[in-house]
Amino acid sequence: MTISVLLFASWADAFGARLAVELPPGARVADLLHELQGRAASRTLPAPMVAVNQRYATLDQVIQLGDEVAIVPPVAGG
Amino acid sequence: MRVALVTQPIDLAALVAEVVHPGTGATTLFVGTVRDQHEGRAVTGIDYEAYEPMAIRECETICAEAAERFGTDRIVIAHRLGTLGVTEASIAIAVAAPRRVAALDAQRYVIEAIKARVPIFKREHYVDGTRAWVDNRGGSVAAAASASVGGSA
Repeated sequence: MTISVLLFASWADAFGARLAVELPPGARVADLLHELQGRAASRTLPAPMVAVNQRYATLDQVIQLGDEVAIVPPVAGG
Repeated sequence: MRVALVTQPIDLAALVAEVVHPGTGATTLFVGTVRDQHEGRAVTGIDYEAYEPMAIRECETICAEAAERFGTDRIVIAHRLGTLGVTEASIAIAVAAPRRVAALDAQRYVIEAIKARVPIFKREHYVDGTRAWVDNRGGSVAAAASASVGGSA
Protein backbone atom coordinates (compact mmCIF):
# COMPACT_ATOMS: atom_id res chain seq x y z
CA MET A 1 0.00 0.00 0.00
CA THR A 2 1.13 3.54 -0.71
CA ILE A 3 1.01 5.93 2.25
CA SER A 4 1.25 9.69 1.74
CA VAL A 5 3.35 11.10 4.56
CA LEU A 6 3.38 14.76 5.62
CA LEU A 7 6.72 16.24 6.70
CA PHE A 8 7.74 19.42 8.50
CA ALA A 9 10.76 21.56 9.37
CA SER A 10 14.10 19.79 8.81
CA TRP A 11 12.39 16.67 7.47
CA ALA A 12 10.49 18.75 4.89
CA ASP A 13 13.74 20.44 3.88
CA ALA A 14 15.21 17.00 3.22
CA PHE A 15 12.29 15.24 1.50
CA GLY A 16 9.66 17.86 0.66
CA ALA A 17 6.38 18.51 2.41
CA ARG A 18 4.79 15.29 1.22
CA LEU A 19 6.33 11.90 0.44
CA ALA A 20 4.76 8.72 -0.94
CA VAL A 21 6.04 5.65 0.92
CA GLU A 22 5.33 2.07 -0.08
CA LEU A 23 4.62 -0.17 2.92
CA PRO A 24 3.33 -3.75 3.19
CA PRO A 25 -0.22 -4.20 4.51
CA GLY A 26 -0.17 -4.38 8.30
CA ALA A 27 2.92 -2.16 8.54
CA ARG A 28 3.46 -0.37 11.82
CA VAL A 29 4.80 3.05 12.67
CA ALA A 30 8.20 1.48 13.43
CA ASP A 31 8.32 0.10 9.86
CA LEU A 32 7.65 3.55 8.42
CA LEU A 33 10.39 5.09 10.57
CA HIS A 34 12.81 2.35 9.52
CA GLU A 35 12.06 3.07 5.86
CA LEU A 36 12.49 6.84 6.28
CA GLN A 37 15.64 6.57 8.37
CA GLY A 38 17.10 4.43 5.59
CA ARG A 39 16.43 7.22 3.10
CA ALA A 40 17.85 9.79 5.53
CA ALA A 41 21.02 7.79 6.00
CA SER A 42 23.56 10.40 4.97
CA ARG A 43 21.80 13.39 6.55
CA THR A 44 21.62 14.54 10.13
CA LEU A 45 17.92 14.68 10.91
CA PRO A 46 16.46 14.71 14.42
CA ALA A 47 14.55 11.68 15.62
CA PRO A 48 10.87 12.48 14.99
CA MET A 49 7.56 11.51 16.51
CA VAL A 50 4.92 10.07 14.16
CA ALA A 51 1.32 11.25 14.16
CA VAL A 52 -1.50 9.14 12.73
CA ASN A 53 -4.77 10.97 12.08
CA GLN A 54 -3.41 14.00 13.99
CA ARG A 55 -2.57 12.11 17.18
CA TYR A 56 0.84 10.97 18.35
CA ALA A 57 1.26 7.29 17.59
CA THR A 58 3.20 4.54 19.30
CA LEU A 59 5.82 2.52 17.41
CA ASP A 60 3.57 -0.55 17.30
CA GLN A 61 0.50 1.24 15.91
CA VAL A 62 -0.66 -0.32 12.64
CA ILE A 63 -0.97 2.09 9.70
CA GLN A 64 -4.10 1.70 7.60
CA LEU A 65 -4.52 2.74 4.00
CA GLY A 66 -6.08 6.22 4.05
CA ASP A 67 -4.61 7.26 7.42
CA GLU A 68 -3.21 10.79 7.66
CA VAL A 69 0.41 10.10 8.61
CA ALA A 70 2.88 12.82 9.59
CA ILE A 71 6.51 13.01 10.63
CA VAL A 72 6.70 15.43 13.56
CA PRO A 73 10.24 16.67 14.27
CA PRO A 74 11.09 18.02 17.74
CA VAL A 75 8.59 20.77 18.50
CA ALA A 76 9.42 24.41 19.21
CA GLY A 77 6.17 26.24 19.80
CA GLY A 78 5.73 28.97 22.34
CA MET B 1 -11.84 28.47 24.96
CA ARG B 2 -10.44 29.40 21.60
CA VAL B 3 -7.26 28.53 19.70
CA ALA B 4 -5.93 30.43 16.70
CA LEU B 5 -2.87 30.20 14.50
CA VAL B 6 -2.39 33.67 13.06
CA THR B 7 -0.15 35.44 10.57
CA GLN B 8 -0.75 38.99 11.80
CA PRO B 9 0.46 40.60 15.06
CA ILE B 10 -1.50 39.40 18.10
CA ASP B 11 -3.86 41.95 19.68
CA LEU B 12 -3.07 41.39 23.37
CA ALA B 13 -5.81 43.64 24.72
CA ALA B 14 -8.39 41.81 22.63
CA LEU B 15 -7.32 38.47 24.12
CA VAL B 16 -7.76 39.78 27.64
CA ALA B 17 -11.15 41.27 26.78
CA GLU B 18 -12.22 37.94 25.32
CA VAL B 19 -11.65 35.92 28.51
CA VAL B 20 -12.79 38.41 31.16
CA HIS B 21 -16.30 37.75 32.40
CA PRO B 22 -18.44 39.08 35.26
CA GLY B 23 -17.68 35.90 37.21
CA THR B 24 -13.88 36.11 36.85
CA GLY B 25 -11.69 38.05 39.22
CA ALA B 26 -8.23 37.12 37.94
CA THR B 27 -6.84 37.25 34.43
CA THR B 28 -3.33 36.23 33.37
CA LEU B 29 -1.70 37.06 30.06
CA PHE B 30 1.43 35.19 28.99
CA VAL B 31 3.35 36.60 26.03
CA GLY B 32 6.27 34.82 24.43
CA THR B 33 8.52 37.07 22.34
CA VAL B 34 11.44 36.53 19.98
CA ARG B 35 14.73 36.85 21.85
CA ASP B 36 17.86 38.29 20.24
CA GLN B 37 20.11 35.41 21.13
CA HIS B 38 20.14 31.64 21.43
CA GLU B 39 22.99 29.84 23.16
CA GLY B 40 25.35 32.72 22.55
CA ARG B 41 24.42 33.25 18.89
CA ALA B 42 22.87 36.54 17.83
CA VAL B 43 19.35 35.91 16.48
CA THR B 44 17.72 38.34 14.05
CA GLY B 45 14.37 36.58 13.55
CA ILE B 46 12.45 33.33 13.62
CA ASP B 47 10.29 31.47 11.08
CA TYR B 48 7.41 29.54 12.67
CA GLU B 49 5.53 26.80 10.87
CA ALA B 50 2.97 24.29 12.10
CA TYR B 51 1.22 21.07 11.30
CA GLU B 52 -1.82 23.27 11.53
CA PRO B 53 -4.82 20.96 12.05
CA MET B 54 -2.96 18.87 14.61
CA ALA B 55 -1.55 21.95 16.36
CA ILE B 56 -5.06 23.35 16.80
CA ARG B 57 -6.39 20.01 17.95
CA GLU B 58 -3.54 19.55 20.44
CA CYS B 59 -4.01 23.07 21.85
CA GLU B 60 -7.73 22.37 22.26
CA THR B 61 -6.88 19.17 24.13
CA ILE B 62 -4.51 21.12 26.40
CA CYS B 63 -7.24 23.70 27.11
CA ALA B 64 -9.64 20.90 28.01
CA GLU B 65 -7.05 19.37 30.34
CA ALA B 66 -6.49 22.74 32.01
CA ALA B 67 -10.23 23.23 32.39
CA GLU B 68 -10.52 19.84 34.05
CA ARG B 69 -7.58 20.46 36.42
CA PHE B 70 -8.06 24.12 37.29
CA GLY B 71 -11.77 24.68 36.82
CA THR B 72 -11.76 27.37 34.15
CA ASP B 73 -12.35 27.11 30.43
CA ARG B 74 -11.88 30.85 29.82
CA ILE B 75 -8.63 30.28 27.92
CA VAL B 76 -7.55 31.77 24.60
CA ILE B 77 -4.37 30.81 22.77
CA ALA B 78 -2.97 32.68 19.77
CA HIS B 79 0.26 31.52 18.09
CA ARG B 80 1.93 33.40 15.25
CA LEU B 81 3.17 31.64 12.12
CA GLY B 82 5.51 33.04 9.50
CA THR B 83 8.59 35.20 9.96
CA LEU B 84 8.90 37.28 13.15
CA GLY B 85 11.45 39.87 14.18
CA VAL B 86 13.10 40.26 17.57
CA THR B 87 10.63 41.39 20.30
CA GLU B 88 7.57 40.35 18.29
CA ALA B 89 5.07 38.14 20.15
CA SER B 90 5.11 34.54 18.92
CA ILE B 91 2.47 33.39 21.37
CA ALA B 92 -0.07 34.90 23.73
CA ILE B 93 -2.26 33.02 26.17
CA ALA B 94 -5.00 34.67 28.21
CA VAL B 95 -6.66 32.84 31.08
CA ALA B 96 -9.42 34.11 33.35
CA ALA B 97 -10.70 32.40 36.47
CA PRO B 98 -12.71 33.39 39.50
CA ARG B 99 -9.48 33.63 41.56
CA ARG B 100 -5.77 34.13 40.92
CA VAL B 101 -4.39 30.71 41.88
CA ALA B 102 -6.45 28.90 39.26
CA ALA B 103 -5.62 31.49 36.60
CA LEU B 104 -1.86 31.36 37.32
CA ASP B 105 -1.71 27.58 37.58
CA ALA B 106 -3.74 27.06 34.40
CA GLN B 107 -1.54 29.57 32.57
CA ARG B 108 1.62 27.72 33.56
CA TYR B 109 0.10 24.36 32.64
CA VAL B 110 -0.97 25.54 29.19
CA ILE B 111 2.34 27.13 28.14
CA GLU B 112 4.42 24.19 29.38
CA ALA B 113 2.19 21.68 27.57
CA ILE B 114 2.32 23.71 24.35
CA LYS B 115 6.10 23.81 24.46
CA ALA B 116 6.29 20.08 25.07
CA ARG B 117 3.90 18.68 22.51
CA VAL B 118 2.17 21.01 20.05
CA PRO B 119 3.53 20.44 16.52
CA ILE B 120 4.90 23.90 15.84
CA PHE B 121 8.46 24.32 14.56
CA LYS B 122 10.88 27.20 14.44
CA ARG B 123 13.90 28.14 12.37
CA GLU B 124 16.18 30.81 13.75
CA HIS B 125 17.92 33.38 11.57
CA TYR B 126 21.38 34.36 12.77
CA VAL B 127 23.29 37.55 12.31
CA ASP B 128 25.77 35.80 9.99
CA GLY B 129 22.94 34.98 7.55
CA THR B 130 22.64 31.28 8.42
CA ARG B 131 19.42 29.60 9.61
CA ALA B 132 18.74 26.50 11.68
CA TRP B 133 15.74 24.56 12.97
CA VAL B 134 15.83 24.46 16.74
CA ASP B 135 13.67 22.74 19.34
CA ASN B 136 12.41 23.40 22.84
CA ARG B 137 14.93 21.10 24.46
CA GLY B 138 17.65 23.64 23.64
CA GLY B 139 20.33 23.53 21.02
CA SER B 140 20.06 23.26 17.31
CA VAL B 141 18.35 20.16 16.04
CA ALA B 142 21.16 19.29 13.64
CA ALA B 143 23.76 19.66 16.37
CA ALA B 144 21.73 17.49 18.73
CA ALA B 145 21.31 14.80 16.07
CA SER B 146 24.96 14.71 15.17
CA ALA B 147 25.89 14.58 18.84
CA SER B 148 23.66 11.56 19.36
CA VAL B 149 25.10 9.83 16.29
CA GLY B 150 28.60 10.85 17.27
CA GLY B 151 28.71 8.62 20.25
CA SER B 152 27.54 7.74 23.68
CA ALA B 153 30.95 7.95 25.31
